[in-house]
Amino acid sequence: MSTVDDKLLARAGRRQADSRFDSALGWQPGFRASNVLRFVLCAVVLAIFALPFVLVLSGAFDAQTDSTALRLIPAAPSLLPLETAVAQGVLGYFANSLVIVGGGLVIQIAVAILVSYALARHRFKGQAFVMLLFLMTMMLPEEIIAIPLSQVIGDVAGTGISLRGTPWGVILPVAVWGFSILVMTEFMKEIPLEIEEAARLDGVGELRMLWSIILPLCKPVLGVATIFGFMMIWDQYLLPLIAADSPDDYTLTVALSLLRSDARVGAGVLLVGALLALLPSLIIYLTMQRSLIRGIASGATKG
Amino acid sequence: MTTLSAPRGTSTLEPPRAVEVPPGRRWYALRRQLVPWLFLVPGLGLAMLFKFGPMLEGIRMSFYKVQPFLGDQWLGLGNYATIVGDPRFIDALRHTLVLAVGTTLGALVLGGLLALLMEGTSRRLWFVRTAVFLPVVTAVAVVAEVWRIILFPTETGFANQVLGALGLPAQQFLSDPSSALLWVMVVGIWTAAPYNMVIILAGLVGIDRALYEAAAVDGITTRQRLRYIVLPALRPAISVVLTLAAIRALRIFTEVYVLTGGGPAGSTEVWMTRTFSLGFDANNLGVASAASVLLLLATLLLTVVARTLTRRKEA
Repeated sequence: MSTVDDKLLARAGRRQADSRFDSALGWQPGFRASNVLRFVLCAVVLAIFALPFVLVLSGAFDAQTDSTALRLIPAAPSLLPLETAVAQGVLGYFANSLVIVGGGLVIQIAVAILVSYALARHRFKGQAFVMLLFLMTMMLPEEIIAIPLSQVIGDVAGTGISLRGTPWGVILPVAVWGFSILVMTEFMKEIPLEIEEAARLDGVGELRMLWSIILPLCKPVLGVATIFGFMMIWDQYLLPLIAADSPDDYTLTVALSLLRSDARVGAGVLLVGALLALLPSLIIYLTMQRSLIRGIASGATKG
Repeated sequence: MTTLSAPRGTSTLEPPRAVEVPPGRRWYALRRQLVPWLFLVPGLGLAMLFKFGPMLEGIRMSFYKVQPFLGDQWLGLGNYATIVGDPRFIDALRHTLVLAVGTTLGALVLGGLLALLMEGTSRRLWFVRTAVFLPVVTAVAVVAEVWRIILFPTETGFANQVLGALGLPAQQFLSDPSSALLWVMVVGIWTAAPYNMVIILAGLVGIDRALYEAAAVDGITTRQRLRYIVLPALRPAISVVLTLAAIRALRIFTEVYVLTGGGPAGSTEVWMTRTFSLGFDANNLGVASAASVLLLLATLLLTVVARTLTRRKEA
């Protein structure tokens, strides 16, 4: 939301006096009835959208046994849910998730960089067709090809190699993602040709061109690809489910369903799992908010 | 999201088009054609193995009775006929469409209202916007698990306690076949609305303030301002939101699978949960593949329709 803020701030600086033209509804500062209403509405909105996260935090440290009664403040603060969750192997699921998201993200971005470099900085026969192929992968998400994909994971291209039960079973199917290829190609096309030509005259080869000339200029779009790729892989549910050989292979998000009820601490174990699954998302979101908003807003304006 | 672009403008490095190419230049031209393919190999290979390969295999299986050890048996359109004749698939289709339309429109309206409410520069608004956006970055399965507990149908469930505090009767939420689909929709709207908020907010910020000033000189009311300035300016953003949401909604799976598993009594069964249980629980791979192919066709059709509609608006 920061880029939006920057624009708004710049505008506010230009036209301090006419604040009623700064928003579609004409909000104006000062103590007035409309602002009291706005404050109340914002509080309600905040409660509706943020409260569930407070409930998770509170419930993860609450030792009460009633499995359903969530509270804003723990009734019996304790680390018991955490200990129980660790005893049930929640850290193993978390490790599975981290391995998959780490490996998947690295390969997904590497593939996107290579493909985009070819598509954006070269001209060759069949270029439009190749771009269309990669765009089409966006229409083939895991849900649509789940049934045959599950068989491919068990036997890759008839070679007898099985990825089932390994992180590769999730990592390789998410490695090609039309979205990251698309945004990266669009961005690389904008880099002026003069930069490339100057380097070519100095005798720079293709790999060094990509690595030390093009890539450093791509930092903004790499941020967008990273946060969207992270969200895409962390969000996977069906794929880790069908790629698993046993529940031990589940990612944390899938394993939540195994943690649903516990006789001693009720929903506490599940909430510890949910909290753990939330943490990486929160860290990435708060550190890369700017990239996230840039990505969403650019999708909106391009149409 | 973006239209395919034509080949880039000619560069000064292009090989000349003259007929007589010296041997050195011919090698250079060949290399220029070859190099991009080296960069494309990993991406194309993975796409073939894990996207297009499975797609073709799915299309093939949809015409067969798939039997792992006995050999597949050609059925023609038999699997598709099974789907059309299966009342549970028809119900699933109905639920999917209701959910898609309800969630998409609900999230659009709520996202628009949120954007109007929270457009502004102050630090406090930024904080509220950041917090409101949390559902979008949270994994769907986590959202669904948490809401499953919040909407627990007992008196002590959190949502029922809130209702009780407001003097309203306790609800069964996801356990009541007549309301379960509605509550799945509510959770879907809760997740999608903040995303739409950001898209619409970006549209709002892009509106030229001079229009507001000119309109104010003409003595326009706030309602007229929304109707004649804001709404037309937001049209591109809204069409993006609708297209993305509609395509995503057709293949909805995780929310439903975690929240209700398709129950109670099949009242929230959607296309993908039905396909999943046929393919992985009943091991009826042929019919499940046919259902996946139909979903793919619907997605393709919707994408093409949405794109032509958007393009016509631009022209």
